[in-house]
Amino acid sequence: MSAVNRQQRTPMPEQDPATRARNFEEVPLGYTPEQAQQEAARCLNCKKRECVAGCPVEVDIPAFVHLIAESEFAAAARKIKETNALPAVCGRVCPQESQCESKCVLGKKWEPLAIGRLERFAADYERMNNLVELPEKQPPNGKKVAIIGAGPSGLTVAGDLILLGYGVTIFEAFHRPGGVLMYGIPEFRLPKAIVESEVDYLRQLGVRIELNQVIGRSITIDELTEDLGFDAVFVGVGAGLPYFLGIEGEQLGGVYAANEYLTRTNLMRAYRFPEYDTPIVKGRTVCVLGGGNVAMDAARTARRLGAEHVYIVYRRSKAELPARAEEVHHAEEEGIIFKLLAAPLAFEGNGDGMVQRMRCQEMELGEPDDSGRRRPVPKAGCEFTIETDLVIVAIGGGANPLLTKSTPGMELNRRGYIVADDAGKTSKPRVWAGGDIVTGSATVIEAMGAGRRAARAIHECLSG
Amino acid sequence: MSRIVNKTELVPNIHEMLVEAPQIAAKALPGQFVVVMADETGERVPLTIADFDRDQGTITLILMVVGTSSRKLARLRAGDAFHALLGPLGHPSEIEDYGSIIMVAGGVGTAPIYPIARALRDKGNRVITIQGARNRDLLFWRDRMAAVSDEHIITTDDGSAGRKGLVTEPLRERLAADNGKTIGCVYAIGPTIMMKCCSDTTRPFDVRTIVSLNTIMVDGTGMCGGCRVEIGGETRFTCVDGPEFDGHLVNWSTMMARQRIYHTSEQCSLTRYLDEVSTS
Repeated sequence: MSAVNRQQRTPMPEQDPATRARNFEEVPLGYTPEQAQQEAARCLNCKKRECVAGCPVEVDIPAFVHLIAESEFAAAARKIKETNALPAVCGRVCPQESQCESKCVLGKKWEPLAIGRLERFAADYERMNNLVELPEKQPPNGKKVAIIGAGPSGLTVAGDLILLGYGVTIFEAFHRPGGVLMYGIPEFRLPKAIVESEVDYLRQLGVRIELNQVIGRSITIDELTEDLGFDAVFVGVGAGLPYFLGIEGEQLGGVYAANEYLTRTNLMRAYRFPEYDTPIVKGRTVCVLGGGNVAMDAARTARRLGAEHVYIVYRRSKAELPARAEEVHHAEEEGIIFKLLAAPLAFEGNGDGMVQRMRCQEMELGEPDDSGRRRPVPKAGCEFTIETDLVIVAIGGGANPLLTKSTPGMELNRRGYIVADDAGKTSKPRVWAGGDIVTGSATVIEAMGAGRRAARAIHECLSG
Repeated sequence: MSRIVNKTELVPNIHEMLVEAPQIAAKALPGQFVVVMADETGERVPLTIADFDRDQGTITLILMVVGTSSRKLARLRAGDAFHALLGPLGHPSEIEDYGSIIMVAGGVGTAPIYPIARALRDKGNRVITIQGARNRDLLFWRDRMAAVSDEHIITTDDGSAGRKGLVTEPLRERLAADNGKTIGCVYAIGPTIMMKCCSDTTRPFDVRTIVSLNTIMVDGTGMCGGCRVEIGGETRFTCVDGPEFDGHLVNWSTMMARQRIYHTSEQCSLTRYLDEVSTS
């Protein structure tokens, strides 16, 4: 093997932008074993393990990286799984650059260790070579935990508690488990077969998953604890109702909330219409409103569905884009055009109820607002129009009231989110909560971190 | 679970399905709906719960064959299971004592209106039902509607049963004759254009008018926003804010335009499906 290159990380091969912009295959192709070992050898194995402190689920990063360097790939995957039930997912969608990798000592002078790529490699290697082994479980302790929502937080709670001997049942409203991993994140960023395989691993561990159950309607939380014998409940129901802009014309056809656009594509597989029955409006000129990761996902999806021009319309400047740098970079490579400092004013229809153009206001940056970012203010007299036949509104959402409104005794904050302490304990006895229904829109790994802390707290409470 | 116990074609292209769904049956209330999928590649389709039997653990769904998804559902037989069945969803109807109430059921709208009429009658309302269809052969559940109505008026477009004409005619006459203002509420459920026309008819009489909207949905739990409608100038979601709304506040023209969004795709899907079915 060549000498260790501490300065630069080992590049990961990717599909060429022009090719991938027209398919739904995964963009990064993953490390080969040689590339993984080459990258793993860069680790300094620091005494003070800053990277572990930067991980919301405290993966033993130096240990698994060391195992990769030693060619013990499957053992590396198992090391990760001691604290992270979804390594193939996290290796792909975690914002490592602001978590573990941001703490890497190599990064102080050079490029940080590519921890996410290594995590992904280990998990993929284990799965693709059929080396997945089930870890030892504690004997059944006779206690039952109900988890509401099969998304990142719920799956994490399930993975932790099943190993501790609990009977674990997940209730999921959709017909496929995974939550945002299934309906939100596109195939080209997180193949659904990987989500299925990680969920299947939990099933093999003994986790029961009841699909098509809308808790709060078919069964209430009180019924779970009082009639169905659950000792504790974890609420991880995730994202809520999408926001719209409240401007003229948003009822027009071809104007979607990103949730709908992505759910149609990912969960319902509209990108394979008519083989799958769920249709989707395909635009030639697409405007995506918003600058977060969801906006990038929507824009890149539209491109793959055949759009000629895709614009990200964002009211601040590039520096304030909330999306991960890697997502912005990938979007740019695929020809997505950033229309910055622009805000929509109204949508106009074509007379047949479909959107035809969007009127926008040019913005400029003023004084910093509460978030510390400079506030966009309208530039007087500067309006413009974009001809567009598909608009995707990706400006976030609010709390979904479906479950919380049917759950007496659970305190909500002013915005409708569940009030919970750091361990996820709510005001309702025996009920914990975590993920977006507590924090509002956040990341997969933050939801998983909340799941980890809640699992620990549930265990302490039920075993004490 | 979610197995079809019995299925009958009530009238051409309208099917009644009795479905084993004990959890949904235990909680269902008039006005609520379920989301169903016929198979793995299918759409998620909202269907109103037309009846429920808590003891038997069954719900009744009424299905009108229109495009690919409804055809796939209609092909399921007794003993088959849905790929997915989720519910009960949406707000239940507000069952109050209005005095007298007019229930207007157009076409397949008879299905959702039946349990609401029954509950309102049990509450003490005098129920006047106006049940309309294009012709005699398309009328179903006449006996059931008669059983929960104090007055039962039938209309058909061609006069082959009951009175010839549209449901709005007896509706207008009834309201015009109601000098004592005993009619406290009108329910109108059926094709969108019928609900709009009923709302237009009742507006001058200033009588509360409730409609149940059948917008296109995906998840049915508030997450996607595809079922949004404009109600009194505000954006509302049919799945979690409805499905019942004040008919006088609905922006009918945008609602009807939204129902046409996928028209071309639906045609394409149907052609492909019919081709597939005929060759299989």
